Formats: sequence, C-alpha cells, structure tokens
Amino acid sequence: MKARRRFWNQFFEKSLTASAFISIAILLGIFILLATNGWKAFQDVGLEEFLSLERWNPSAYDTPSYGLGALLLGTALTTLGAIAIAAPLGVGMAFFLAEIAPVRLRNVLKPAVELMAAVPSVVMGFAGIVVVGPFLAQLFGLPNGLNALNGAILLAFMALPTIVSVSEDVVQAVPRTYKEASYALGANRWETLVQVTLPACYSGLLAAVMLGVGRAIGETMTVLMATGNATAVPTSFFSSVRTLTATVAIEMGEVPTGTTHYYVLFACALVLFIITLIINIVAEQIATQLRRKGQ
Amino acid sequence: MAMEEQHCLQIEKLHVYAGAKHILKGISLNLPRHQIIALIGPSGCGKTMLLRSINRMHDLDPNIRLQGSILFKGRNILDPRVDPVWIRRHIGMVFQKPNPFAKSIFENVAYGLKINGLKDKARIRAIVEESLRRSYLWEEVKDELDKSALELSGGQQQRLCLARAIAVSPEVILLDEPCSALDPISTAKVEETLLSLRQMFTILIVTHNLQQARRISDYTAFLYLGELVEYGPTAQMFEQPQQELTYNYLHGRFG
Repeated sequence: MKARRRFWNQFFEKSLTASAFISIAILLGIFILLATNGWKAFQDVGLEEFLSLERWNPSAYDTPSYGLGALLLGTALTTLGAIAIAAPLGVGMAFFLAEIAPVRLRNVLKPAVELMAAVPSVVMGFAGIVVVGPFLAQLFGLPNGLNALNGAILLAFMALPTIVSVSEDVVQAVPRTYKEASYALGANRWETLVQVTLPACYSGLLAAVMLGVGRAIGETMTVLMATGNATAVPTSFFSSVRTLTATVAIEMGEVPTGTTHYYVLFACALVLFIITLIINIVAEQIATQLRRKGQ
Repeated sequence: MAMEEQHCLQIEKLHVYAGAKHILKGISLNLPRHQIIALIGPSGCGKTMLLRSINRMHDLDPNIRLQGSILFKGRNILDPRVDPVWIRRHIGMVFQKPNPFAKSIFENVAYGLKINGLKDKARIRAIVEESLRRSYLWEEVKDELDKSALELSGGQQQRLCLARAIAVSPEVILLDEPCSALDPISTAKVEETLLSLRQMFTILIVTHNLQQARRISDYTAFLYLGELVEYGPTAQMFEQPQQELTYNYLHGRFG
C-alpha cells in the first residue's frame, strides 16, 4: 500500500515538473530551429542587404534580392496604425466599463467585447475584402481598398479585446479608497477620473497596449487577405503592403527546401519572433511591477 | 435659537438601509460647534455608516437607502437636490487606512485647492504649508515636498491626509478610525493634532479605542446595534454612564 502511494505521489510530482518544463523546451526549440536556419540566410545574403529597402524579390531568375525593409515597413504600418486606433478606443472603453457603465450594461458589454477575440482571423480578412476595403476605396477615392489602412483597422478590432479586457482589470484594481479620498475633497466624477484614477493606472494601461501590439504584430491571415500583398516599399497608409507574417505564410509552402530563399524565410520568422518576445517580456515586466506596487 | 447656533450639524431620525438590512434605526444627534465628538460602539453597530452618511459617501453605493434628515447650514444634506460636491467641500473626511494619492506630498495637499479652482500658485503654496503645519507634519517634510507621498510612514501618511482635508478649510471633519492602522507614537501625534484643530473645526471621530475617546473627545456617543444608546459629555459618560448597556460596554463586558 505504502509503496503504491509513494509511486503515485512521485508520479504526479514528476509529471507536473515535466509539463512545466515542456513550455520552456518548446520555446527554446522554436528559437533554435529559427536561429540555425535563419543564420544561413545571414551568411548567404548578408545583414546589410537583408535590412535594406532593396526589393523583396527572392524568386527572380537571375538576381534574386532579399530586402526585408519593405516587409518590415508593412508590418510597422499595419501594427502602429492598429494601435493608434485600438489604444485610445480600448482604454476609453475600459474606463467606460469600469467607471461609468451601470453594472447591468457592463455585464453585457464586457463579455461581448471579449467575444470579439473569438472571431476567426480568416473571417476578419473576409470582412476586410468585402466591407472595409470597398468602404475605404469609396471614402478616399482609391482604385481599391486593400491597403495598410485596411489591415490596421482590422487589426485594431482584433487587438481591442485584449486591450479592453486587461485595461478594465487595471482600472478596477485602483483602490476604492483613492477615489473616495478624491470625492471627499469635493471632486466630481470627471475630476476624480482624470486626476486620480487615470494616473494610478498608467503603467497597467501601457502593459495592456503592449499586449495588444503583440497580438497585432503576429496576426497573419487577416493582413494577408486585406492589405493587398504588394512587396513594394510603402509610401503611405494607402499603399498596398505585405507584412512579414504574410510573406512567410505565402511563400513557405512553395519554396524549394535548402535554398537561400528557404533560409531567408526562417530569418523573417526569427525577426518576428524576437520582436514579439521583446514586446511580451516588457509588457509582462510592467505588469509584475504593477502587482508588486499594488501590495 | 441660541441653542441651534451652537450646533454645527443636526442629525434627525436617521435611518439607513443596506439592501434589506436596517442598519441605523432612527439616530438623532446634534454636533456642537468646535468640539470633538467621539462615536464609539462594537464592530458592526453602524458607526462608519453614520459617518459616511454625513458627507453623502453612500451616493456611490446604489444599495444603500437613507431616511431622515441631516441639517447643515440650513439645508438637509440628504436631499438629493443638495449638491454632494458642496457638502464635501464643507465636510471633510479622513479614512481608516491612510490613502494619499500616488502624487507628491505637495500635490496631495494642493489637490483639493486646485479642484476648487484656486490658481494662484503663491496662495496654494502658503495654504499647503499652513495645512502641513497644522497637522504637525511640516517639520518632517518641508525639505522633500516633491517626494512621493507613498514613501512616508503610515503615521505621516495619515497626518498628510488630515492636512489634505483641512487645506480646503471645511467646517466639519469626519474621521473614520484614523488611528487603527497606526502605532502608539503616530497615534499620539494624530491625537495631538486633533486637539489643536478643535479651535477651527468641528470634529466627529469614530474610534474603537475607548481610551482615545476619553483622551481627546468632549462628547461621546455610544451606538449599539444601530441605535444611539447614550450621548453626553465624555467625562460624565465614562464616570457615570446613565445606561447599563453603556456601563457594560465601557467596562469591557462585551464588544
């Protein structure tokens, strides 16, 4: 009996430890996979060309070129555009939910916003092609609406649930005693909101927005469908762009294994991975500091 | 008429309900001007509820209903038409746990003034200094007014909250167990501050510490299960309570 109990005890302890390490192992494995393959691209192409605005033309017959600049700009345009839309909207919604909305309305709205995260990205891309695209084309008189702005708008909606949900928790976490102190000094609701509640959540809101950025930057299918997929260097939000993610998704299936082009795609993924990793670590760091301050 | 003038605040037949619970059952209490009045009673007897009714803090909680009247400057505070902002500018409050804003010491005290529309910087500076002096905090912080208030000790934070409350020159200051989170030395400092503030303000203090009530208050009100059992001059109440319940409470028979 005793031996059996000890066996199960050990079994659960070990398997829990193992499962905790699996996530680290997978993360490390992905990094090694990307780094070893991506490294060959740097050797073949050279960092200089890789990071230049040279045309992304890996399948050209005589002189293929591998400039990542246009793609990086595409990712930057759609992501930054998305955050410029989603951050103020999301933080505003969070404040409305946490501070202004009556409880009943809040109980309907918050789950609704969070459900937006459940819309499959391919459906969002669909909406980009048939709704947002034509709308933008008509509004600005463009030949077509598949451009960076379209991608940014869709990504904004996809980052919104994360930003709203996290921000709302942050605003809720501001101690009630802070607000009461402000009211007790004769401040009204607006003054309390702007001068006491908002400053108390700056870092938390920053973390929420960063998580939203992380969400937007890694999104693939939606931007692939909605941004027009032009590899030319974009000049404005009305340019058609192609993001890093879309490039990997489109080309990985067709590239011959072991070619420079193949390795370059790994390098693209590596760049993407490092960017999202940094963003998530920074956001997590801010959130931890916040929790510590809360105690 | 002369009697009424002495009273800064008159509470009449105040009933407070929280949901279906009847918490305060018809409290009538007059606060004499420029006196310290202590509210004592066992936990859950409604002391804090009473205190928070006086500056309409319950407005934030839709579950709480109030009945009766609280007269202040000829107006009934409980009348929804009376602006809570007006009330709170005349009736300040210090809370149980020190709750300075995450701002500098200076900004904490200046907050109420700025909210009230005071723009003259020199004037703000002068009032901040005066308020900090009155709460006996000035000497300890005068060289670091730009430091975050959160870096102060608990006792200092509570005196800062007091300074913040008096900076807007209210007539009444409500204190909700202001010393329950403080050590004896900080408590003594807060008490000293309160005694000196009596000349300018009417002070209503909720306390669990009977010795504190005895040390600093002029009048004591004993609340039990939502009813006012006894109210009178502190010395008389502690030496010769009129009610058996009061006697038992003061002698630690319950509570």
